Amino acid sequence: MPALPLSLLWVVPALPLVGFVVNGTLALTRPAAKRAVSIVGVGTLVLAFAAAALAVAELARQHPTAPLVFRYWEWIPAGDLQVAFALQLDQLAAVMILVVTGVGALIHGFSVGYMHEEPGYARYFAYLNLFVFFMLILVLGANFPVMFVGWEGVGLCSYLLIGFWFNEQVNADAGKKAFIVNRIGDFGFLVAMFLIFTRFGTLDFATVFAKAPAAFLPGGAVVTAITLFLFLGCTGKSAQIPLYIWLPDAMQGPTPVSALIHAATMVTAGVYLVARCGVLFALSPLGSAVVAGVGALTALFAATIALKQWDIKRVLAYSTVSQLGYMFVGVGTGAYAAGMFHLVTHAFFKALLFLGSGSVIHAIHHAYHATHTHEDAQDMRNMGGLARYMPWTAALMWIATLAIAGIPPLSGFFSKDEILGAAFAEGTVRPVWYVFWAMGIAAALLTAFYMTRLMLYTFHGPNRTGEREREHLHEAPPVMTGPLVVLGVLTVMGGALNVPDLFGGNAFLEHWLEPVTSLAQRLHPAVEVAHATEWALVAGAVLIAALGIVGAFRLLKPEALVPARLAPPQTGLARFLWKKWYVDELYDAIIVRPVMWLSREVFWKIVDQRIVDGLLVNGTAAASRALGWLGSRLQTGEVGVYVVLFVIGVLAVVGAVVR
Amino acid sequence: MLLGPSLAVSAVLFALGVAGVLLRRNAIVIFMCVELMLNAVNLTFVALAQQLGIAGQIFVFFVMAVAAAEAGVGLAIMLAIYRHRHTVNLQDINLLKG
Repeated sequence: MPALPLSLLWVVPALPLVGFVVNGTLALTRPAAKRAVSIVGVGTLVLAFAAAALAVAELARQHPTAPLVFRYWEWIPAGDLQVAFALQLDQLAAVMILVVTGVGALIHGFSVGYMHEEPGYARYFAYLNLFVFFMLILVLGANFPVMFVGWEGVGLCSYLLIGFWFNEQVNADAGKKAFIVNRIGDFGFLVAMFLIFTRFGTLDFATVFAKAPAAFLPGGAVVTAITLFLFLGCTGKSAQIPLYIWLPDAMQGPTPVSALIHAATMVTAGVYLVARCGVLFALSPLGSAVVAGVGALTALFAATIALKQWDIKRVLAYSTVSQLGYMFVGVGTGAYAAGMFHLVTHAFFKALLFLGSGSVIHAIHHAYHATHTHEDAQDMRNMGGLARYMPWTAALMWIATLAIAGIPPLSGFFSKDEILGAAFAEGTVRPVWYVFWAMGIAAALLTAFYMTRLMLYTFHGPNRTGEREREHLHEAPPVMTGPLVVLGVLTVMGGALNVPDLFGGNAFLEHWLEPVTSLAQRLHPAVEVAHATEWALVAGAVLIAALGIVGAFRLLKPEALVPARLAPPQTGLARFLWKKWYVDELYDAIIVRPVMWLSREVFWKIVDQRIVDGLLVNGTAAASRALGWLGSRLQTGEVGVYVVLFVIGVLAVVGAVVR
Repeated sequence: MLLGPSLAVSAVLFALGVAGVLLRRNAIVIFMCVELMLNAVNLTFVALAQQLGIAGQIFVFFVMAVAAAEAGVGLAIMLAIYRHRHTVNLQDINLLKG
């Protein structure tokens, strides 16, 4: 087969865009044409995956040391600011486009089954296609503004899909929350862009990263500011402390959306951004320490919340926040390959977990629907013993659970272990990393525990769905289990992508990414530790994971659970964790309410009503009326007065002329 | 004819006309004062024509013609007003006010 020119790279994002246009048209004209929508929606994604695979194969053949940049047109030619619409393909972007289109295609396929009875089917697929388009623009952009277009676009699609069932207030609110919280992060991204532009006069990745080592002293104030503002953007998009609060609420959207956008792809954009800007972070020890520190704190914090959630999707949401924290520990440490590796494996096993939970919710929902019962189909207290009814889903979710817990030889074991190993090694040079490592280990213990808890309560013990509902419980159709099986295989095999030397592997991903990460690695070399230490770390991590799983089996009693509507209110620490450390309440008290008060009492009642409406609008009207009244006093209707004024006028003119 | 006294008489006549227009209420009287001013101007024209050429005398005829036409129109308007309002006192005719 002749090699296609890589300048056809635009085809990859264009395919989902075509899908969006077609499905959007169908949504407006023929919303009932579900067959056509499915073919277009899934078909464009499969084609996009094929195109991405071809592009990556060609990239692998050339294996260039610099990104291949394709400028398509001048986008913003404004004086000194010259921005082209340009895409670039390098080894890092290659990993991302494969994950986005690959996992995306699987989830599109799953959605065909999951959303089948949905009236907004066409609208759903239009949004989903649009999301993939923007995500590809995000990862393929060759400069900050193009990336930012994708960054905002995925935020928009996230908003649209979280609020997909916008008839219910809670869903619309959740979408709004995600959108607003992300605006705060975007502010950071924008400020970082402005700083970069003032320093370099360009926003192209290639130029900025090539010039950065000469332009900045390591640890300089400007580069630290840039990295911190960039990371503020990441905390918004990738749900890290303090802006993680939108992600658990985002679970109001359809479950495949949670799998695709809020677990596998969009929320990893921040990790991708840090890896992409690795040179800048390598130049700023403080910036990278903040990234790793916030990541470690988030990993531990979110894991504690996941311990006591009852909503199956909320557990997975906090788990996602926690795992994203791990990725930031990786990229913050400078272990970009490890961070990206965890991004990929997490995309596999978390997508599997979410789709599996979708399959469970689908079954419970149908059971309640069949008997016209109004119960919460997502509450684990209404589940239990489902392994008997849905063996495929249960088995596959167990695989993903063991992977996320870090049991060898599943994919999550390798990626999580590499991040923790890199953090520990960094600790030998910068001791604060020992703290991050310890938090990561603690989070690993909790992860193993809460995931086992989820599995026990959902699939084992007695069933609590209800007597009549039980007979309606059944496994999902093949169109839904199919993607689950593929993701299950990827979850098992994904670790092979980057088996480290320690286990006799060739660390494929690490070498693959070397052209991208080499400059950052030169500025901030990775620390090596002895093999014996590494073995000890691996053994410790596996032991911790096993402890978490066994502990959950010993401590938890699924038999003792009662259905949600009969359950007593929680007390003490359990309630504190169930209420998510009251962080939402805290933000409400210190941010939302003061802002609302300020808007209502000052901006509305004083600035708007008194100053704008009163002084400016009504004031202008009153002033012209007063002037008009003065003028009308001159119009007496008496000719005598006019004549007097006329004579005065003539005398004034004559006086002026004569003088 | 001496120039100085002629212009002085003309100025006095014009000032009387202005004063009449400003001070009187009766429309007929005001109208007559306007005519007075026109004639004061005519006198100036005639007086200055002795030194500056015949053009001033010719202009006087134009002014007379215009004044006659004005008298015709003006008196007709006043008649019309009188029929409506039974007065030609300008203080009573003040409907057009702001």
